[in-house]
Amino acid sequence: MEKMKTLAEWKYTPAVSRLGYTRETLYVGLGNRDGDYRFEKRPVSDEMIDKFIGGRGFGLRLLWDAVKPETKWNDPENEIVISGGPICGITQYPGAGKCYSVFLSPLTEQTYNSNAGGYFAPFLKFSGFDAFELQGKADREVIVFVDGDNGTVQVLESNITEDKNAYAVTECLHEYFANDEKDRKNISVVSSGQAAAHSFWGCMNFSFYDPRRKVARLKQAGRGGGGTVLRDKGVLALVVKMSHVTGTSVGPANPDALSKLGGKLHKEIRDFDDVQCQMRTIGTAHLNEIMNDYDLLPVHNYKFGRHDDIGNIHSTEYKKRFAQGMPDGCWYGCSLSCAKATPPFKLTTGPWKGREVIVDGPEYETAAGLGSNVGIFDPEWTIEANFYADHYGIDTISLGTGTAFVCECYELGLINRENTGGLELKFGNKSDLMELIHRIAAGTDEFARIVSLGTRKMKKIFSEKYGADRKTMEDIAMEGQGLEASEYRCQESIAQWGGYFLTLKGPQHDEAWLIFMDMVNKQLPTYEDKAEALFYFPNFRLWFSLVGLCKLPWNDIEPEDNHTKYKGIEAAKVPEHVQNYVEIYNAVTGKNVVKEDLIAMSEKVYNFERIFNLRMGKGKRADHNCPNRGLGPVFEDEWNARPEYFDGKLKEAGIEPGGLSVREKIARLQTHRRGQWEQLVDKVYARRGWNRNGIPTLETVRRLGIDYPDVVELLEKNLKPEDSFA
Amino acid sequence: MIKVNGDELDWREGMTVQDVLDEKKFSFPLVSVWINGEPVQRRGEYAITPVPDGVEIEVIHMMSGG
Repeated sequence: MEKMKTLAEWKYTPAVSRLGYTRETLYVGLGNRDGDYRFEKRPVSDEMIDKFIGGRGFGLRLLWDAVKPETKWNDPENEIVISGGPICGITQYPGAGKCYSVFLSPLTEQTYNSNAGGYFAPFLKFSGFDAFELQGKADREVIVFVDGDNGTVQVLESNITEDKNAYAVTECLHEYFANDEKDRKNISVVSSGQAAAHSFWGCMNFSFYDPRRKVARLKQAGRGGGGTVLRDKGVLALVVKMSHVTGTSVGPANPDALSKLGGKLHKEIRDFDDVQCQMRTIGTAHLNEIMNDYDLLPVHNYKFGRHDDIGNIHSTEYKKRFAQGMPDGCWYGCSLSCAKATPPFKLTTGPWKGREVIVDGPEYETAAGLGSNVGIFDPEWTIEANFYADHYGIDTISLGTGTAFVCECYELGLINRENTGGLELKFGNKSDLMELIHRIAAGTDEFARIVSLGTRKMKKIFSEKYGADRKTMEDIAMEGQGLEASEYRCQESIAQWGGYFLTLKGPQHDEAWLIFMDMVNKQLPTYEDKAEALFYFPNFRLWFSLVGLCKLPWNDIEPEDNHTKYKGIEAAKVPEHVQNYVEIYNAVTGKNVVKEDLIAMSEKVYNFERIFNLRMGKGKRADHNCPNRGLGPVFEDEWNARPEYFDGKLKEAGIEPGGLSVREKIARLQTHRRGQWEQLVDKVYARRGWNRNGIPTLETVRRLGIDYPDVVELLEKNLKPEDSFA
Repeated sequence: MIKVNGDELDWREGMTVQDVLDEKKFSFPLVSVWINGEPVQRRGEYAITPVPDGVEIEVIHMMSGG
């Protein structure tokens, strides 16, 4: 590749990370399509560290200061803030390379934060920055390059003109910025793909170089449309280079403690992974048949929870297709090694037809979303769809769920072949569904463009443009707050209704996955129990996003005696691993926290994020929508798939099913469950310290120490006496 | 008759913990099994751990996934 033209350059002296922080953030302003590029090093205060910790917390705080209540996702003021957190970058303990990207989302029109592995965030920290703020819009297509080795940040005019998709751009930039083959591992690239130029499902691909396979691998911050924001800013890629990485680069207070804790977990993984979750050989795709067994696998737009063809997508089928015996960690030191990849895989469609590629994944979400949920039980198809989605910069989860919605609309006759540009979008139609993905990427076909704006907009446009029945679409569209649900069928777990639909950013499984605890173990019999779980787990899981850790080593491997030493919900918390995290945090930062402090740290940020969304015109009870499909069967075939089970549920509700038609039974169960949903909402809000309208109270923000003047002013404007629980 | 997570299940002679898991289609590997409040110590021994008639069994599924 020819040398790229430097549009702007800034030199700095990289700060060294001490106790997990460099205490400086990088601001890059791209101007407003006017070439006014700016660079700034911003200090990180003690207050910032105490209240917002790092990662997602830093992102939210910096974004709050950057935008106004009326700012839209595509305004220049919107930012993408990428931050790891104090633990991000350690190499002794598995799963320590994570970062969060925070931005105003085109899909949800409020804040979003999306996590990814890869080397970007650790390299950024070792280049001197706890966070990277990107604001403005470039006047041409640019690449922003942070050279941590030499202390320079450059805005370069991109000369990548032919293929602007993720694998092509990433490979090209690893080569361009490396001195030689060996140096490629010192580069990390964040890119999207051509679909992100018009789709609201644009994902961000974070790279790491795999020296054994000699290819750049991609991990996705998939959700919420971060890639769309990146492209809207005119940024083809962000690149960081850092050659000096050691086990103590974060400047830990007690490196020996980290080694000891890491050694203990490495041993657990080595001894028990094969009989527990098989993360090292299958990754999260081990869940495929398990979800089917428990009626949780989304089939045909979540209508059903299992399918007779499950054998075709059984984890053993994926295991056969993943390269084995390779160290597949997405950051140094991760022996859980779940970033599975295929051997060279020959593509059969699209612009790279005939080419052999390494495909990252599929993980469970993709295997289900671009598999059972669209009625396809063919791993080869799913692997190809996975590849192109990543390559084009499309979130595989939203793509899967959104496409499943399209298929059901098509089969119901709400849309037809004339609307779809000639595609027969029935469940299981592999050729036409793959063609839809290619059309979404191309952005030239009207229907594909509508689809790629997301399910919430599809409902509106299908109704207005094609005359599709809005009520039916509202019933069956598995979206909340504008985000497509991830790939679990939640309707039989009241707690998981909350785990999906009472969340900060929509129905992903980032906050709480309570289905087993609630539906199978029956450990949450009362609404108070469910509300307690919907307080603890979202806050505990949020803590990972503050410090730069992956959640998988918390609960996808457990100590040998966890299941006998602890009982009930305590066992699900994996107490020894929680204690590991307490000790890791202390060993890095030199602080002396206890396990209860982890929840206290998270609760500040959890509530700040909720208030941020209120500031952006959302964040109220009405924004916590839950579709009927999320609560139970909508159509007769769903009921008739498990008639005795659902009749039993009616009886539990005190409704005698005898003499009722299936249609009547569905209506009665839906009415009953909608009442249960409202009860759940009240209990959860009360436990979280919010009012009936889902707004944190003044007492809550004062208790948490986030009662900043602008926060208090906002709350005083929105808190109404009639919404109080008192 | 035995109870599994509160639901009744027919008991039969020679029944093991693994039989219970199979009948309930509890295929998730990260479970803990408690019989009348006492844990079954080793997951590898479910197939040889007998289930007496009349007991109450708790099969606690952990969480997993990202």
